[in-house]
Amino acid sequence: MTELIRLTAAELSSRLQDKSVSAVEATQAHLDQITAVDTDLHAFLYVAADAALATAARIDARRAAGEELGPLAGVPIAIKDVLTTLDMPTTAGSKILEGWVPPYDATVVRRLRAADLIPLGKTNMDEFAMGSSTEHSAYGVTRNPWDRDRIPGGSGGGSAAAVASFQAPLALGSDTGGSIRQPAAVTGSVGVKPTYGAVSRYGAIALASSLDQVGPVSRTVFDAALLHDVIGGHDPLDSTSLTDAWPSMAAAATAGLKDGALKGVRVGVIKELSGSGFQAGVTQRFTETLALLTAAGAEITEVSAPNFEYAVAAYYLILPAEASSNLARFDSVRFGIRVDPAEGSLTSEHVMAATREAGFGPEVKRRIILGTYALSTGYYDAYYGSAQKVRTLIQRDFAAAFDQVDILVSPSAPTTAFKFGEKLEDPMAMYLNDITTIPANLAGVPGMSIPIGLAPEDGLPVGLQIMAPARADARLYTYGAAIEQLLEATWGHTMLDQAPALALATTAKGAI
Amino acid sequence: MAKPELMDYDKALELFEPVLGFEVHVELNTKTKMFCGCANEFGSGANTNTCPTCLGLPGGLPQVNHKAIESSIRLGLALGCEIAEHSRFARKNYFYPDTAKNFQTSQYDDPICHDGSLTIELESGRLVTVEIERAHMEDDAGKLTHMGGSTGRIQGADYSLVDYNRGGVPLVEIVTQMIEGAEHDAPEIGRTYVAGIREIAKALGVSNARMEEGNVRCDANVSLRPRGSKVLGTRTETKNVNSLRSVERAVRYEIQRQAAVLHAGGTITQETRHWHEDTGITSAGRPKSDADDYRYFPEPDLVPMAPSREWVEELRLTLPEPPAARRKRLQADWGFANLEFQDVVNSDLMDAVEATVAAGASAQSARKWWTGEIARLANAAGVAADSLVQPAQLAALIALVEAGTLTDRLARQVLEGVIAGEGTPAEVVASRGLAVVSDDGALIAAIDEALSKQPDVLAKIRDGKLQAAGAVIGAVMKAMRGQADAARVRELVLERAGTAESGSVE
Repeated sequence: MTELIRLTAAELSSRLQDKSVSAVEATQAHLDQITAVDTDLHAFLYVAADAALATAARIDARRAAGEELGPLAGVPIAIKDVLTTLDMPTTAGSKILEGWVPPYDATVVRRLRAADLIPLGKTNMDEFAMGSSTEHSAYGVTRNPWDRDRIPGGSGGGSAAAVASFQAPLALGSDTGGSIRQPAAVTGSVGVKPTYGAVSRYGAIALASSLDQVGPVSRTVFDAALLHDVIGGHDPLDSTSLTDAWPSMAAAATAGLKDGALKGVRVGVIKELSGSGFQAGVTQRFTETLALLTAAGAEITEVSAPNFEYAVAAYYLILPAEASSNLARFDSVRFGIRVDPAEGSLTSEHVMAATREAGFGPEVKRRIILGTYALSTGYYDAYYGSAQKVRTLIQRDFAAAFDQVDILVSPSAPTTAFKFGEKLEDPMAMYLNDITTIPANLAGVPGMSIPIGLAPEDGLPVGLQIMAPARADARLYTYGAAIEQLLEATWGHTMLDQAPALALATTAKGAI
Repeated sequence: MAKPELMDYDKALELFEPVLGFEVHVELNTKTKMFCGCANEFGSGANTNTCPTCLGLPGGLPQVNHKAIESSIRLGLALGCEIAEHSRFARKNYFYPDTAKNFQTSQYDDPICHDGSLTIELESGRLVTVEIERAHMEDDAGKLTHMGGSTGRIQGADYSLVDYNRGGVPLVEIVTQMIEGAEHDAPEIGRTYVAGIREIAKALGVSNARMEEGNVRCDANVSLRPRGSKVLGTRTETKNVNSLRSVERAVRYEIQRQAAVLHAGGTITQETRHWHEDTGITSAGRPKSDADDYRYFPEPDLVPMAPSREWVEELRLTLPEPPAARRKRLQADWGFANLEFQDVVNSDLMDAVEATVAAGASAQSARKWWTGEIARLANAAGVAADSLVQPAQLAALIALVEAGTLTDRLARQVLEGVIAGEGTPAEVVASRGLAVVSDDGALIAAIDEALSKQPDVLAKIRDGKLQAAGAVIGAVMKAMRGQADAARVRELVLERAGTAESGSVE
């Protein structure tokens, strides 16, 4: 059974298709792993064991009946708790939504079900996706499978930890400023933030509407591509959804495995996303990867993106502004918890205030206050207005860079996973951890994080961020798969194989 | 609440100059709501026309109703507005339980329509051009019902119920520029302007335009400034005035109330006010400062709109004749006196009369039937007159009367048959056997019999007292069961009386 959970989604899929493994067996194996390790890791907020097994049995029956099923049919998946699900509570990591079961599925969830993937449960996250460590979840932290005293990244720490600890081969995340890519980087997994508008946001509980994007989390680039193909594409329910006809991301990833896939590829290294503030081991692995790329025939150029300097500042005006409005609906009237005030009359205003006071955590309140302030008359132009101008400048920086190169690269995060509590009391330090990932959200371009080794000083995973022009998501998969293949050939194993302690720990836990 | 002092209207106008402004909300009659696929329907069970989007559930997202944009542009064009080349939605942030998202999706600095005007004609014949600043799109709020209190108002209620069926229904808000120089006509300008908007919305077919159902709602802004002053006074905004007459009354009331306050040395509070239909007064709502901070920002969940010039021009071609021009034309064509024409307009029967005339009837007959017998039957049945009978059927009926086949009395019976679904007027005449008896022989026999039974009447007629013939005519009509032309009977009675004198009657 432990063998089954270590398969990639693609490998599991072929075993399911040749019927050497049933969906029930695959699902049970992952549920067993959840039982074994998740009491400790706490990647999941909710596990739908019975529903998952029932779904798996139905899929097995259909396969036995000779029905033609999709490539990921029968493959289990974990779903970030920011996505609405009909049959599972959806809390977005917040107390204010405790126990809420939505009356509808998010579009991406609907597409997962239509493609016969098996939802295992909902994964932990920073409350309303506000955070880079999953420490802001109202339901307790998620531990990093590589070092349980460290954060798994955030906000999607639950999805990344679930995949990295073999509790699920695939997961869904959402990325507003790095919430898919940074957790992937610090857990040694793969995460993709697609082009803004490539994947529907309908049913994704909004943090910042103009920045949010749903995307895949996995252990390999090809697996992420398979999942991207399932969830991507136009959705009339999301007005910002692009109507493009998209190429197959799986085919793009496969194309990257061909010999010489990196020959002549122009790779831009962003000057502003390196140097001081970056951990030595992170810079070292990043530099080594560039050397590998050069050896494989890629042309490395340094490019400058002068306005990236202002990205974090602009982001922390735009995000709170939109969030303050998006979170206004949490008022106790139609859904979620209701808290009556200790004193005073039970007017809707008093009940709403008491509910929001009790239901929102400190980081959420901080951002609502920041955003309300930034949108206020007299401050709008100076804050929100200026931030939007910075956003335009950053888009221009990207446009100018992509005139010179095919892809841009940087470390996915300035550091490896930090310890719990290390940045909790210093919001600025926490915010600055997103410096590498935020520009892609501000410009709407796609970004991917893939593991590129362990930092020598702490033995923790380091990620490479690859960015492509808007709509060129396929390019990420092609070059991401190529670089992944190159690294694994160099190492002689996969990234997660480099964590014997994790393998031992899971096996030991599994034996309990 | 104590009734506030009011100043005599004429005196108020002597001392102060009223300045007006109107915000009219027109609810569009699209099949679905502004930002989701829920039915836009009045009278459904509470909260049945709802979905994650219009309920403001976590994860819900808006989708623009293109028909609503089309209707808004047509409304804007009919009001002479410019149609913006680039327009976008904005969030108006405020907390209220009838607003599911706790923000209204509206428009702020890029409204879809701007800079138009509407010229209205007052009863005196005075023409007033009301400048329109903008017409923008937004979604409506849900409906609150306050339970447990005696007044039905929020004060004193135990709890409130929310029905989100109306939440998300598309609205166009039409905002006027400041209206100066209204003078004594201020109340009538309010009524006539709102009537004009309502009429245009109806003619365009973009709204059901029923004020009693809240399809058209008016917020009336009124301020006064002392004669000779250039400085604007403090305004009040009387919200949700729901009938034309109420608009007129509310404006007049505010002028009289504000004049009394100002004249007594008081100040006007900038506030919203509620109109009370029953007592005919306004009462203070919430204070409204110009600094109310709605924290507007562009709606990030919707993409900006760029209505193409070609599309706008196509839509311009779909505009009907402006209602005011159409009224003038029809009154002239039909040759109606003002009162006759007003009667048709007020009964909402202009379309019906026009169609009946088009089907061949004379304008006067069409008017007489629609505003007379048909209106009476409709009134009794509690339905709209134009729902009772097709104009073509009425035209056919009128033709039968004019051909002498039916008397007015018989025609009313035929009309009943037509309304009862018995067929065309000709078919009802045939099946009910209602045609006029035009056989003089049968009539003469009946007349001779009647005259012989009433020799005194015969004597009177012979004495030249022709009105005495009525008794005989009545008897003959009765014998003919009404199916005779009374005029012809009268002719024959006089003729036979004369003949009788010559001795043919015993």
